[in-house]
Amino acid sequence: MSTPVLSVEGMTVQFPTRRGILTAVDDVSFSIKAGEVLGVVGESGAGKSMTGSAIIGLIEPPGRISSGQVFLHGERIDTLPAEKMRRVRGRKIGMIFQDPLTSLNPLYTVAEQLVETIRTHLPLSAADARKRAIGLLDDVGIPDASRRIDDYPHQFSGGMRQRVVIALALCADPDLVIADEPTTALDVSVQAQIIDVMKKLCAEKGAAIMLITHDMGVIAEIADRVAVMYAGRLAEIGPVRKVISDAAHPYTKGLMGSIPSLLSDAERLTQIPGSMPRLTAIPQGCPFNPRCSYAFDRCYIERPDPLPHDERRVACWLYDKEEALS
Amino acid sequence: MLAFILKRLAQSVLVMLVVALISFTMFRYVGDPVASLVSQEASIADQEQLRERLGLNDPIVEQFFRFVGNALQGQFGISYRLQQPVSELILSRLPATIELAFASATIALTLGIILGVFTALKPQSPVSGGVMAFSLVGVSLPTFLIGIALIYIFAVELQWLPSFGRGDVVDLGWWNTGLLSESGLRSIILPAITLSLFQMTLIMRLVRAEMLEVLRADYIKFARARGLTDRAVNFGHALKNTLVPVITITGLQLGSVIAFAIITETVFQWPGVGSLFINSVAVVDVPVMAAYLMFIALVFVVINLIVDILYYLVDPRLRVGGARGGH
Ligand SMILES: Nc1ncnc2c1ncn2[C@@H]1O[C@H](COP(=O)(O)OP(=O)(O)OP(=O)(O)O)[C@@H](O)[C@H]1O
Ligand code: SF4
Ligand SMILES: [Mg+2]
Repeated sequence: MSTPVLSVEGMTVQFPTRRGILTAVDDVSFSIKAGEVLGVVGESGAGKSMTGSAIIGLIEPPGRISSGQVFLHGERIDTLPAEKMRRVRGRKIGMIFQDPLTSLNPLYTVAEQLVETIRTHLPLSAADARKRAIGLLDDVGIPDASRRIDDYPHQFSGGMRQRVVIALALCADPDLVIADEPTTALDVSVQAQIIDVMKKLCAEKGAAIMLITHDMGVIAEIADRVAVMYAGRLAEIGPVRKVISDAAHPYTKGLMGSIPSLLSDAERLTQIPGSMPRLTAIPQGCPFNPRCSYAFDRCYIERPDPLPHDERRVACWLYDKEEALS
Repeated sequence: MLAFILKRLAQSVLVMLVVALISFTMFRYVGDPVASLVSQEASIADQEQLRERLGLNDPIVEQFFRFVGNALQGQFGISYRLQQPVSELILSRLPATIELAFASATIALTLGIILGVFTALKPQSPVSGGVMAFSLVGVSLPTFLIGIALIYIFAVELQWLPSFGRGDVVDLGWWNTGLLSESGLRSIILPAITLSLFQMTLIMRLVRAEMLEVLRADYIKFARARGLTDRAVNFGHALKNTLVPVITITGLQLGSVIAFAIITETVFQWPGVGSLFINSVAVVDVPVMAAYLMFIALVFVVINLIVDILYYLVDPRLRVGGARGGH
């Protein structure tokens, strides 16, 4: 089997703060194959965005990857010098953020931003870069691209701006696209279109996608595998059909309890009583133990690591072999 | 664009009319214009005759419009003190003030932006800490103290630079400049630095705050995520966005540089309109004071207008009429 596009091994991200060291991402391991879509879910503050930022090398100091490794096509990238890592960003890994209204620089036209990015990574003349830019805008479904390319961001609607953002993230044909809640800020009516455009383009270009979202519907629709994060750790990771229809981790069960109903976020959260612990005050043992109705003695002492279980990995003592045997 | 400029122009005219009214009121009612013009011994009849001749008995509205009409032609009467037309006096002093203001605005803008950007990009550097501490001194010490300190160090102790005056002035006919002679250039250094210090620290702190704000913006994060070079991100994307609000404020500051040149001009005996004004206040030379008021107002209004137009040119959100918001 070929090497995965992205492989994260035991990655931990820490922030030194006045009240001690805050671990935002804790010993996370996963990989994504070419053409695969990995969905990442979990409640607010679980460390989803931080995982994305760490992979692309953009954690705000004083935060840093304190241990673990990140590989792109088998090549280690978390230790690359700043200048080399910059060349990876945008070229090998594209990133799409949540809010298309604020992701584009208001003072430059779409053409200027596209051409600048393309020419940063590819040896093209200004004219060729512009041609490529128009092609990209066509691809992401912006009508009349050759005319609209010279407009400023504020002249586009939210959905159209997110298409521009996608074009920018894909303009140097990256191998991996990290999309951090790409549709959360958009009208429900355009969310599906944006996801379609992204999925279609990545499929055409063979790019892998790491899709961070709160929307289980989207995960069910386009993800191949899904990772569930809780308090900076992986709770469960595996094929979508398994994790969604037959959740193993008690936290995932709670999360999936709402699928495919149309509950609002507030109602969804009430599925699991209590809230995620503050990252500076993670309980001993399993971080989910205060909210878990299955918790038993061991859960309060030892912290479970994600271990293989039924085509996936689950971080829960309920599925530990020894436990099952005893 | 044209409609925008016309609207701004109309507003400017309105502002100038209001200032003219204040200026006129001062001109007409502070002290007695007739008493200031005639000698002590003049008879009541003579005074009355002069009053009639000057039109001081006409209806007040008529007098105001005559005042505005004269002002439009650059006539503000005769200085009581110097017995010269006020407009001539101001025009002859204007080059000194304008050169000083531009020299100090250039210093303030250049250093202010450079230091502001530096302290924003390298907040942890000890140099930034030093600059920030120094900037506190700049905003809190009064101008005249800074001026006197500079004179003491560079003119009295080190004797590097002259302590007062404008040096040798070259007459270009329509303008007299101190920037073409060595003594003139040496003379402008201390007053320009003195006058610039306050604005410089202000601009620096403004640029720093704006830049820090902009650096946190999503489009900067996205620009980095696209792999643009630090240079492109910091100077192409962040600095340009920082400068939009900075333009407005520094532009308006230029107006206050000219207005507050009064103190610096006095400390350095700089022969500009500011010191003319101070000398006129001392002897209640009302025509000069009234004209100075109008002049400063005009400076502010014109600068405001220019700033608005610049702002309009820099920010496409204002320039491109009515967002299409298409799909
Ligand atoms: N600069 C920082 N310093 C300290 N802690 C930080 C910093 N940035 C983020 N964190 C912490 O890291 C944790 C993970 O944040 P992250 O943004 O990854 O959450 P998320 O899962 O993306 O949540 P959301 O769904 O709200 O986007 C949060 O608890 C946050 O408090
Ligand atoms: S390890 Fe224990 S507390 Fe944690 S999820 Fe499993 S059962 Fe619940
Ligand atoms: Mg997030």
